[in-house]
Amino acid sequence: MSKIAEAFANGKAFIPFITVGDPDAQTTAACVREMVAAGADLIELGIPFSDPTAEGPVIQGANLRALKGGMTTDKVFDLVRDLRKDVTIPMVFMTYANVVFSYGAERFIRTCSEVGIDGLILPDLPFEEKEEFLPACHTYGVDLISLIAPTSENRIAMIAREAEGFIYIVSSLGVTGVRSEIKTDLASIVQVVRENASVPCAIGFGISEPAQARKMADISDGAIVGSAIIRLLERYGKEAPAQVGAYVRSMKDALR
Amino acid sequence: MTNEKGRFGIHGGQYIPETLMNAVIELEKAYDHYKDDPEFNAELTALLNDYAGRPSRLYYAEKMTRDLGGAKIYLKREDLNHTGAHKINNVLGQALLAKKMGKTRLIAETGAGQHGVATATAAALMGMECVVFMGEEDTIRQALNVYRMRLLGAEVIPVKTGTATLKDAVSEAMREWTSRIEDTHYCLGSVMGPHPFPIIVRDFQAVISRETRAQILEKEGRLPDAVLACVGGGSNAIGSFYHFIPDEGVRLIGCEAAGRGVDTFETAATIATGRLGIFHGMKSYFCQDEYGQIAPVYSISAGLDYPGIGPEHAHLHDIGRAEYVPVTDEEAVNAFEYLARTEGIIPAIESAHAVAHAMKIAPQMREDQIIIITISGRGDKDCAAIARYRGEDIHE
Repeated sequence: MSKIAEAFANGKAFIPFITVGDPDAQTTAACVREMVAAGADLIELGIPFSDPTAEGPVIQGANLRALKGGMTTDKVFDLVRDLRKDVTIPMVFMTYANVVFSYGAERFIRTCSEVGIDGLILPDLPFEEKEEFLPACHTYGVDLISLIAPTSENRIAMIAREAEGFIYIVSSLGVTGVRSEIKTDLASIVQVVRENASVPCAIGFGISEPAQARKMADISDGAIVGSAIIRLLERYGKEAPAQVGAYVRSMKDALR
Repeated sequence: MTNEKGRFGIHGGQYIPETLMNAVIELEKAYDHYKDDPEFNAELTALLNDYAGRPSRLYYAEKMTRDLGGAKIYLKREDLNHTGAHKINNVLGQALLAKKMGKTRLIAETGAGQHGVATATAAALMGMECVVFMGEEDTIRQALNVYRMRLLGAEVIPVKTGTATLKDAVSEAMREWTSRIEDTHYCLGSVMGPHPFPIIVRDFQAVISRETRAQILEKEGRLPDAVLACVGGGSNAIGSFYHFIPDEGVRLIGCEAAGRGVDTFETAATIATGRLGIFHGMKSYFCQDEYGQIAPVYSISAGLDYPGIGPEHAHLHDIGRAEYVPVTDEEAVNAFEYLARTEGIIPAIESAHAVAHAMKIAPQMREDQIIIITISGRGDKDCAAIARYRGEDIHE
């Protein structure tokens, strides 16, 4: 069984996202350790990409700051190696297809497995193109995470049936970013997912408040939060880890 | 030439967010239905002929031919189309298709502004809402086209992210499409992006080579030895090449923007300096660093200032059917001025890249050989920028 299942074994999962290298590797590492201490169940590490087409302005900014700070795929792997000295909860990468492809898919996914990365989320790799990386993912035991969107409709069952690790349900149309209101009929989507999938599902995009996270976790198996955390990094920079820890604690408490 | 999932050899595909998958599937179904629909095609042909002014002329550039002293040079005059460029061919097709699909709003990216102007024009004609994304840098380089789009009723959104040029405009248009799909068609301007766009845009632009082939056979009784066109994403080039692809004896030459040179970082010549990657919905060649970060490319020409190339071109390159050559800013500006002086035709700075390469090869060819250069657009929009390049500041 996938290690990712552990993240969903203690009630509703809280899944924070952080862009690696924003503003530097030390801050990212400190944030991750704070998040773990605060009760995060799974960490989503973003490998920065120059043109993150699925991101809103907040995470776009984090990607650019990280690249400007000199972050590279190799340095991200180094950081994960260091984190794995003490971090035992599941960790996945969130990045774009070209970051994996240009590194060499087999080499990238083998390295994921070596350093202790459990899954891979690629927003620009839909169901139809997953063969690009799936064989290597299977070889090295890295879960290729599937996304389901409000527009997936007739595709939900097909995607859910073959899903691995967990299913990332995108709450709203558009790109990542904080939203005051989520209007999609997520309960119906989750129902179809549950009827077809053998893995848990978590909802992301637009979640920032504890009450929202509670609501999303009530209808699914967990909540994913990115932009709200990146905003803390934007605001506090190297001083962000304590703030991020406190925030993650408040979110996880809402899910208990 | 395509197989499953819109592949051209290893290139192409649909590398896009799940949110957009049903939209591109719906588009593919609609296009498969309408492309062979006689009524749709009659409507489109009427628009192309009566509104856009097709067929465009194939003009024998006699003075240029004599001056260069080699191959006989013909110019395919896409600059004479309504809105001043080949972009209208694709836009009228897509706008009509979008209308049939029940869409009421068109969004588009634009580099030089020609595709944006064409989209704004079609939207005005068909009574549709229109939003154009344009890199902020390009809104400065191409201020006149920004004004034209607004005059036509479109909203122009300056994109400030990244390099604030064409690639960022594409990213922003894709982001906008993911947030509003129901009533919106993304009118992509080049033979790029996810399947089915590279096929749709190529088919609508193929009118260029369909006409050119018939025109040259009528004028010369034979096929040309070479067809030249500029390549950014590659829509006018694929349109110019398409019906000549089976004619093995016709050299197909795509002219890429080398900017300050392919040995500098200030270049946009993808085939010369890029490598295989996955970006903007497709697998193709891209200018990128060792970690796959997309390069901040540069060209004097906003329309060619793009770090990738359409997947069908990538495939034509792989199989050796087409050649891709780099042309620098300096060579393109010289050609821009040369064509103005020699033939009284001011080409778009994009098209001037193809003219520049013709100036290199024509003198080495025999007088009984023929080359055709596609003049993809007119150069009025570029006059201020070229004047600046030459150190003269003019106010439009």
